[in-house]
Amino acid sequence: MYTAIIQITLRPSILDPKGKAAGEALSHLGYDAISNVRIGKYVRMSVAAGSEAEAHTLAKEACEKLLANEVMEDFTITIEAA
Amino acid sequence: MAALSILVFPGSNCDHDAYHAVKHVMGLDARFVWHKETDLGDTDVVIVPGGFSYGDYLRCGAIARFSPVMRSVVEFANKGGLVLGICNGFQILLESGLLPGAMLHNANLKFACKRVNLRVESSDSPFTNAFTKGRVVNVPIAHGEGNYVTDADGLKALEDHDQILFRYCDADGSVTDASNPNGSLSNIAGICNRGRNVMGMMPHPERAMEAAIGGTDGRLVFASVLAALGSPQPA
Repeated sequence: MYTAIIQITLRPSILDPKGKAAGEALSHLGYDAISNVRIGKYVRMSVAAGSEAEAHTLAKEACEKLLANEVMEDFTITIEAA
Repeated sequence: MAALSILVFPGSNCDHDAYHAVKHVMGLDARFVWHKETDLGDTDVVIVPGGFSYGDYLRCGAIARFSPVMRSVVEFANKGGLVLGICNGFQILLESGLLPGAMLHNANLKFACKRVNLRVESSDSPFTNAFTKGRVVNVPIAHGEGNYVTDADGLKALEDHDQILFRYCDADGSVTDASNPNGSLSNIAGICNRGRNVMGMMPHPERAMEAAIGGTDGRLVFASVLAALGSPQPA
């Protein structure tokens, strides 16, 4: 059994209204050092697979089919032994 | 008589508006189709209504597109059947790949619930043939995620193939930033596929059917569909 940790973010070219609003709020709070706030999704799931590579393949398929919309989102997958 | 099927997902909430518009205002044969059904039966048009299917979890329309009925809808569309997606229905059609592009949160992060002006960009479709190109119509919107996006090539393809059917505009028909309620790319409010038999729009024509509740411009969408089917228009 493996754990897949997936991060889904809007592509850099796509406006992120939530990230922009949070970034502006941080700026109002005086955090001048913080910029380029982007907000995404974090998905953690168990994957029954015979190997790390197989778990990665399944997680990638799940991202492409459902979890991410590649028209506007990118994703990264990290596989850990559960 | 033309038969229209209105899909119902868990969380649909404009299904009854669509039913009322089709059945009671237009006087057509309408029926609800629960999302678990796999057979559309004899139908001329599929309406994918507005609402919040599956609570808008993950992304608007992302889960609904895998409902059993959607396989039949894709088959129906691929055979040339007319499919009209309104609001969440538009989002579902984008997620299902029947229409190109994707939908982002409104740029100002506000849920937009108001009447807007739309300019008819093309009357060459089964959904807009009763409109005159360039005409300005007034139809309500009610959405938090209507900020249409596609890449530069995608936009060019939409323009080259005359697939943009409605744009947000001001009362004079000028397409301006101020008249764009959600930040949508190129003020896009409604598009069709390359085959022109699938249309998605964020505004609600089914809520602009009766003068008593603010206007009748939405009727033209349904009148267009009837004309495309060669069905008699209601009195």
